[in-house]
Amino acid sequence: MARTESARTVSARTMAEKVWDAHVVRRTDGEPDLLYIDLHLIHEVTSPQAFDGLRNTGRTVRRPDLTIATEDHNVPTTSGPIEDPVSRAQVDALRRNCEEFGIRLHPMGDASQGIVHVIGPQLGLTQPGMTVVCGDSHTSTHGAFGALAFGIGTSEVEHVLATQTLPLQRPKTMAIEVEGALPPGVSAKDLVLGIITQIGTGGGQGHIVEYRGEAIRGLSMEGRMTVCNMSIEAGARAGMIAPDETTFDYLKGRVHAPQDWEAAVAAWRELATDEGATFDKVVKVDAGKLSPWVTWGTNPGQGAALSSSVPEPRDAADERALEYMGLTAGTPLRDVAVDTVFIGSCTNGRLEDLRAVAEVLKGRKVADGVRVLIVPGSVAVKEAAEAEGLGDVFEAAGAQWRGAGCSMCLAMNPDKLAPGERSASTSNRNFEGRQGPGGRTHLVSPAVAAATAVTGRLTAPADL
Amino acid sequence: MEKFTVHTGRAVPLRRSNVDTDQIIPAEYLKRVTRSGFEDGLFSAWRNDPSFVLNDSRYDGATVLVAGPDFGTGSSREHAVWALQDYGFRAVISPRFADIFRGNALKGGLLPVQLSESDVAALQDLAESDPAAEITVDLDAREVRAPGLTVSFDIDDYTRWRLMEGLDDIGLTLRHTDDIAAFEASRPARMPVTQ
Repeated sequence: MARTESARTVSARTMAEKVWDAHVVRRTDGEPDLLYIDLHLIHEVTSPQAFDGLRNTGRTVRRPDLTIATEDHNVPTTSGPIEDPVSRAQVDALRRNCEEFGIRLHPMGDASQGIVHVIGPQLGLTQPGMTVVCGDSHTSTHGAFGALAFGIGTSEVEHVLATQTLPLQRPKTMAIEVEGALPPGVSAKDLVLGIITQIGTGGGQGHIVEYRGEAIRGLSMEGRMTVCNMSIEAGARAGMIAPDETTFDYLKGRVHAPQDWEAAVAAWRELATDEGATFDKVVKVDAGKLSPWVTWGTNPGQGAALSSSVPEPRDAADERALEYMGLTAGTPLRDVAVDTVFIGSCTNGRLEDLRAVAEVLKGRKVADGVRVLIVPGSVAVKEAAEAEGLGDVFEAAGAQWRGAGCSMCLAMNPDKLAPGERSASTSNRNFEGRQGPGGRTHLVSPAVAAATAVTGRLTAPADL
Repeated sequence: MEKFTVHTGRAVPLRRSNVDTDQIIPAEYLKRVTRSGFEDGLFSAWRNDPSFVLNDSRYDGATVLVAGPDFGTGSSREHAVWALQDYGFRAVISPRFADIFRGNALKGGLLPVQLSESDVAALQDLAESDPAAEITVDLDAREVRAPGLTVSFDIDDYTRWRLMEGLDDIGLTLRHTDDIAAFEASRPARMPVTQ
C-alpha cells in the first residue's frame, strides 16, 4: 500500500506532523500528499454547488457514514419557518441533498441541531488525532481536541464527498507559547484577541498553530474551542491544543465517544508534540499582560485593551477603519456607546459562555435602548442553559433569549445591524458590514458583552 | 476547469490591505444555490461609493486585480472566487493571500500571484497612471510582465501543471481509489461514524 512512513517518524515530531503523517493515503515526490478525512461536517451555505457537481459528473458520496449535516447559517432564531424564500430554498436544497445521498442531517427543530462547530464536539464526533473538515473557516474550532481541523471551499467539499480525501501541501508549523497564567477576569476570548493583535491577521498564514503553555492548559474545553476557533482570524490554516485530562473528561460519556475508552485515551496521549520537536516558527505571548480586550477597527487584528483608548492610526488601513467605525483616536474605549449586544456564535455560543453572561446579568438590567440578543450555539446548549435557569436570568434582565443558530455573527438570517448601528459582539469577525450592511462591530468576550449590555457602553465586569 | 497558461489584460489597482471575503462578496449573496452569476455581488458595498475604483469606466473590461496584502482573509466562501471570475478577472496579484482563498482560487483557475509589496505598488502605480497599460501573467514562464517591469513569481510544479492542463482534482484523486480503500482498511476501529 502507498501509506508511507516518512523519516520524520523516527525523529521528534510536532502534534500537527503526527496527525498529518497518520492520514497520508499517498505520498509522491512532486505532488501534494493525499490526506484522509475522518469527519466531514456540512451546512447549507457551502454545499449545494458541491452536490450539483456530484450529480453533473455521476459521482456519489464515498463515506456518508463519516459525514454529518446541520442547518445553521440561515435559520431564524425566533420560532416559525424561514420567511426569506432564498434562505428557505437553500435549506430545502440541503434537505434534498442529504436525502438523496444518505447523509445524516440535523434540521431546524431537531434536538441535535445547532452551529456546525458546536454540535460536532457536543456529540463527541470530534476526537483527538482526527482530521476534520467543513466548508467553513471556523472549522479550526475542532483543533481544541488535538484534531487537525480546517476550513475548505466548495470545490474541496465536493472532493471530500467524492473521495473522502484531499490533496494538500503540508503547512508549516508554528507554536504560540502563552507564558504565565491569565489574570483574573481575563477569558479565552481576551487571550485570542490579544494574540491576533500581537501577530496580525496574516501572522499565522501558511501555518498550523499549536497553542501551548500554562494559560492554555488551564483553559476548559469551551475556552480552548474559543481560542482555536479564531486561529483563522490570525491567518492560520488550523489551530491545535494537545489533548489532556480536560479533553478526556469532556469527551467521556458523549454519544459518539469510543467504546474502548482506555485504548482510545492511550492512543490520544501519544499525540502531544515530542520533546525536542521543532516548529518552523515560535511566538511568545505574555499572559500576565492581558486584560479584557476589544477590537476598534474592521479586522480582528485591530484590537486594544478595553481600559485604553482608540489608538492613533498607523497607516491608511487604520485611518479607513476608524472612519468606517465612526471613531476618533484618543477616545477612551469605555466611552464608546453601543446599540446592540450580540452574544453567541461558534466562538462564544456554548454553555460556559452563557454562564459567564448570566453571572454578570443576574440581578441587573439591560440599559435603556440597547438591544441584547443571546443566541445559544445549539438546541442542546439552549436546553442545558434553561435547566440551570440561565434563560430566566437573561429574560429578567431584559435580554432576548433566542433559538440556536449562527444568527448575527454573519447576518444571513433576519438578525442584522442597521446601517451605522454599533454592536458589541462575542462573534469572530468585525469586517465592514459583517453583521449587516453599514453595521459597526466591536469583538468582545461574553463577560464584556454582558457588562456592556448593562451600561450601554463598552464595559468590563470589573467596571460595574 | 478552464486552462491557464498566459493571460494579458488591463489591471485594476485596489489600494487596500486585508480585503476580506465579506467585502469581495457579502453573505447575502451566499444564499444562492447556483455556481454562476455572482458578478453583481462583487465588492457590492464598496461599489455603492461612486469613487470606488471599479466604478471608474477607464477600468471597464480589466482582467487583473492588483491588491494590497492579505487579500481574501476571512471566510472559506468559494463564492469570492466565483464573483471575481464572473466579473471578468483571470488573475489577482497581491503581496500575500489568505490560505483558503488561495486554495479556492487555484481550484477554480483564478490565478493568485504573490509578488513583493514594492512590485505590487509599481503595478498599481502603472495601472493608475496608464489604465490602458497591459499586464501579462505568464504561468508557463512564472513571470509577470508590464511596461517597465518584469518579475518572476513562485508556484509549485504540480499546481502549475494542473492549471496549465485545466485538470479536475477529483478525477486525479479517483485514479488512486485502491490506495484510499487500503488506507480505510487500516483505520483504527475506534474512529467515530455518524450513522
